[in-house]
Amino acid sequence: MVGADIAWIIVASGLVLLMTPALAFFYGGLVRSKNALNTMMMSFAAFAVVGVVWVCVAYSLAFAPGNAWIGGLDHLFLKGVDLEAKGTIPHLLFMAYQGTFAIITAALISGAVVERMRFGPYLAFIALWTALVYAPVAHWVWGGGWLQTDGALDFAGGTVVHVNAAAAALVAALVIGPRADYGRQAPLPHSVPFVLLGTGLLWFGWLGFNGGSALSASPIAALAAVNTIIAPCATALVWLGLDYGRTGKFTAVGLATGIVVGLVAITPAAGFISPMNALLLGGLAAIPSYVGIIIRSRSRLDDSLDVTPAHGVGGIVGALLTGVFAAKEWGGVDGLVGGNPGQVGTQAVGVAAALAYSAVASFLLLKFIGLFGALRPTARSEAVGLDLGEHGEEGYTTGDGAILVLQAKETTR
Amino acid sequence: MKLVTAIIRPEKLNAVLEALFKADVRGLTISRCHGHGGEIVAVTNYRGTTAKMELHEKIRLEIGVSEPFVDIAVQAVMAAARTGEVGDGKIFVVPVERVYRIRTGELDTEAVTPPMTAGSI
Repeated sequence: MVGADIAWIIVASGLVLLMTPALAFFYGGLVRSKNALNTMMMSFAAFAVVGVVWVCVAYSLAFAPGNAWIGGLDHLFLKGVDLEAKGTIPHLLFMAYQGTFAIITAALISGAVVERMRFGPYLAFIALWTALVYAPVAHWVWGGGWLQTDGALDFAGGTVVHVNAAAAALVAALVIGPRADYGRQAPLPHSVPFVLLGTGLLWFGWLGFNGGSALSASPIAALAAVNTIIAPCATALVWLGLDYGRTGKFTAVGLATGIVVGLVAITPAAGFISPMNALLLGGLAAIPSYVGIIIRSRSRLDDSLDVTPAHGVGGIVGALLTGVFAAKEWGGVDGLVGGNPGQVGTQAVGVAAALAYSAVASFLLLKFIGLFGALRPTARSEAVGLDLGEHGEEGYTTGDGAILVLQAKETTR
Repeated sequence: MKLVTAIIRPEKLNAVLEALFKADVRGLTISRCHGHGGEIVAVTNYRGTTAKMELHEKIRLEIGVSEPFVDIAVQAVMAAARTGEVGDGKIFVVPVERVYRIRTGELDTEAVTPPMTAGSI
């Protein structure tokens, strides 16, 4: 084992861990104030649910030796996951680092169903989804599964994390349906500063997400970290230009979205392409997602926080451009520009497989959970806001007129 | 006594307060409110969502004044709050049946600011 590697992956685990609270702020700022806590809780609660599912079951399904499709049960309840080396770091640390990925991935899905999903069914969904969708797809790409054998490149999880979550998000938005007032009232972000704060923290955490995916304190980790800094800069710049061209204003939510799209797009490519190509990739990635968001918001699809155009389209574009720009001298295998056009096809197969499996499995999971109770809150609860309806709390309250009740039962509403 | 209620642009609040204090009109209440007075709508863009803001932020001033101060207060607000564009706001002057000052129990003219004093006009 290598001390520097261990130190870096511990730090990187902390950085990726921070991305889930960061996402809570990013998503929380984009919703109306009556749903602020509910939306932020959807991210934070992923710690509680996915963290436990990962340790007990999902890690084994993703990374224990198995077949081409799913890992085995050897590491159930961390059996055999100890301080012995896996690569150059302790197996236990590898498990925890991968766990932080599972948590943020499940939390990403929530953006499509904010302001209108009951919390209990949501928790059930992300628990089952982590074990039955995230774990197998992670196994395909990283755990010795068929996509890894095929040579699909996914440095830090463009397909496993972003395409996978976006497919689930799209299906969840369709199954649960649009918000009651969708298409009639403009649901404006209640705190754009929260959105910018979340964006900054996501970017910071993403250095651990991509840089740590080298699983060592190596030159490739440095490349991945540097590309993670460079690419979103270009995406943000192009996004500002597109925004100015369309509306005549440089919007803050637009800039924040551009940065996130750039981060998504560089994720599969981070440790495989040159920094100048990362700049190019970042700039190119802005356009499809930007167009996607415009189309999405004029459609009947209430993917409320644009998970599909941002993470889905951005993830697909990133995965395909990885096949274009990957270069042997930068740690990958040669892609299209290196004279290997077949790599783009391999990338496309990986993306299509993740999209299809995640969409179908998420649909079945939601229908299954729907058998045990409504996925949606009552119309009244949705109208009043899910902060009160689901949590019995409010994100913003003056406290005026709050009379102390000594018997807690009376507060039940 | 009269109650002068003025609805003004938020960005004009400082100018209006200055004008009122200069005119010796003290004792007022302000509140933030929203209104629509036929002005051109502001357009905001959040990602793909374009929203027309039909309600605009306004400030409501409520000023209780004695009879001689009605015109002074009205003119002060009018001069300070005017830009000439649609959306400058309104001033309502309504009669008041009774006014008490809570601290002293003083009634009517004694209770509103300012009572007539030498040199104030």
